[in-house]
Amino acid sequence: MFEQQLINGLTLGMIYALIAVGYTMVYGVIQLINFAHGEIFMLSAFLAVTFITVFGLPIYVVIFMTMGCCALIGVMLDIFAYRPLRQSPRLAALITAIGMSIFLQNLAMIIWGSRPRPFVQEALPAFLRTPALSFGEATVSWLQLTIFGTASLLMIILFLIINKTRVGTAMRALSQNRTGAALMGINVNRVISFTFALGSSMGAVAGIMVAIYYNTLYPTMGYVAGVKAFAAAVLGGIGSVPGAMIGGIILGIAEALGAGYISSLYRDGIAYAVMIAVIIFRPSGILGKSTVEKV
Amino acid sequence: MLRLEDVHTYYGNIHAIKGLSLRVDQGEIVTLIGSNGAGKSTTLMTISGIIRPRTGKIFFQEEEITGALTDRIVKLGITQVPEGRMIFPRLTVYENLLMGAYLRKDRKGIKMDEEHAFELFPILKERRKQAGGTLSGGEQQMLAIARALMARPRLLLLDEPSLGLAPIVVENIFEVISQINSGGTTILLVEQNAQMALQVAHKGYVLETGRIIMQGPSRELMENPKIQSAYLGID
Ligand SMILES: Nc1ncnc2c1ncn2[C@@H]1O[C@H](COP(=O)(O)OP(=O)(O)OP(=O)(O)O)[C@@H](O)[C@H]1O
Ligand SMILES: [Mg+2]
Repeated sequence: MFEQQLINGLTLGMIYALIAVGYTMVYGVIQLINFAHGEIFMLSAFLAVTFITVFGLPIYVVIFMTMGCCALIGVMLDIFAYRPLRQSPRLAALITAIGMSIFLQNLAMIIWGSRPRPFVQEALPAFLRTPALSFGEATVSWLQLTIFGTASLLMIILFLIINKTRVGTAMRALSQNRTGAALMGINVNRVISFTFALGSSMGAVAGIMVAIYYNTLYPTMGYVAGVKAFAAAVLGGIGSVPGAMIGGIILGIAEALGAGYISSLYRDGIAYAVMIAVIIFRPSGILGKSTVEKV
Repeated sequence: MLRLEDVHTYYGNIHAIKGLSLRVDQGEIVTLIGSNGAGKSTTLMTISGIIRPRTGKIFFQEEEITGALTDRIVKLGITQVPEGRMIFPRLTVYENLLMGAYLRKDRKGIKMDEEHAFELFPILKERRKQAGGTLSGGEQQMLAIARALMARPRLLLLDEPSLGLAPIVVENIFEVISQINSGGTTILLVEQNAQMALQVAHKGYVLETGRIIMQGPSRELMENPKIQSAYLGID
């Protein structure tokens, strides 16, 4: 049972990590907790189902289309909701983020209804539900393996974008000194848009994965996943991308083990407990910046 | 080359620059001196487009840049080394330099300027893989200057490059400033260290609470009794 929970937790953790990087990157560049990030994740699931059912597109095309749409939604969210408040007190943007989260949830309810619906399983290859590997009693399904592989690949790509490309370096520069970055000719708003696009497209993949994994989607699904991914980001150290990845995985495993050994009723509570513990004992998180900087 | 005409800049209700006019000609080192809070940094930030002036005009090479975005201003050839250096503490020295060349596409030219920066400041070459934040104050100032040079500016704005540095390092920095200028880069130097600034500059402006109260060739300013008592510590 331990091995099985570990496998389930790892799968879940990879998904949390994909969402968490979106929170942490946006926080890094504009010091805003983008509460509407969970809704982008939710919209992704609905958009994917819509693309499959309405246009009859194959799943792998749908994933790319959804990533693109969510990237666009993320960028719009920033341009219309957050950008006008860039010079305002942070609380104003934070409240706007909560407002946008509620707005998008309700928008989804109006468009798709509030009842949970299953994912279009017919669109998926049947082998996904069959075991791929087994260790003793524990098995890893093809779906889990696919989620794990896709998420790992995306994290590697993300890592390379952030650390090896010009725009990624600009993102990091911006998060370390905005005026300094602007003075180098970095178009700050464009880099912020890029950050939203990147985070939202990662969240989009996670949204589709969750909808498939649990075989359900509903307008408030972004809330729970969002809180957990946010907890993961805080655990890893908000603003740190590797931290968000590690935080997501730890949280996923903790949740699976907690649900398995204590009670599945505590599943969602574990994220809150972790977040509170981090805030009390190590507010900067696992990889949070606590380095001394010379002025 | 650069011309400010009756520029007024505000921070909310605070009137920080009150009708400032100045001009910098090609090839010159011009210094803007003044005490704390006179508005020196605000002037440079207004030129760089970080803050918009409420009224007045700014021209660079006969093109109006009033209210232009900073990336356009940098592209036109004005780069600033800001007060407090504003280097990127968790980027490596090398990455900091690359950010200076952000708007450039000519890989070869960038490579050449990298070499040039390392010649100007050999210590940066040794530290190229180190995080910027781990450098000493003087090294960070060198990095900030080197980073700005990576944009290949025609006009370099320097905001108190001597701030908080040991005298020997200050000497070194001012030597580099002269050297950069001899290489053909025009310089607008903001300083509280009027002594050093007037020695290296061709021309000077004295700023007091947002207004220019005196201007002229550096030598004249240095001999002016008012300047001597207020800024040079000579009675
Ligand atoms: N962000 C800001 N918000 C409000 N007021 C500001 C701001 N920055 C500067 N000021 C005010 O504008 C005036 C000019 O400030 P500025 O920083 O330009 O002076 P300075 O000459 O560069 O001084 P220093 O030598 O201390 O660097 C000061 O009265 C200062 O208090
Ligand atoms: Mg200043």
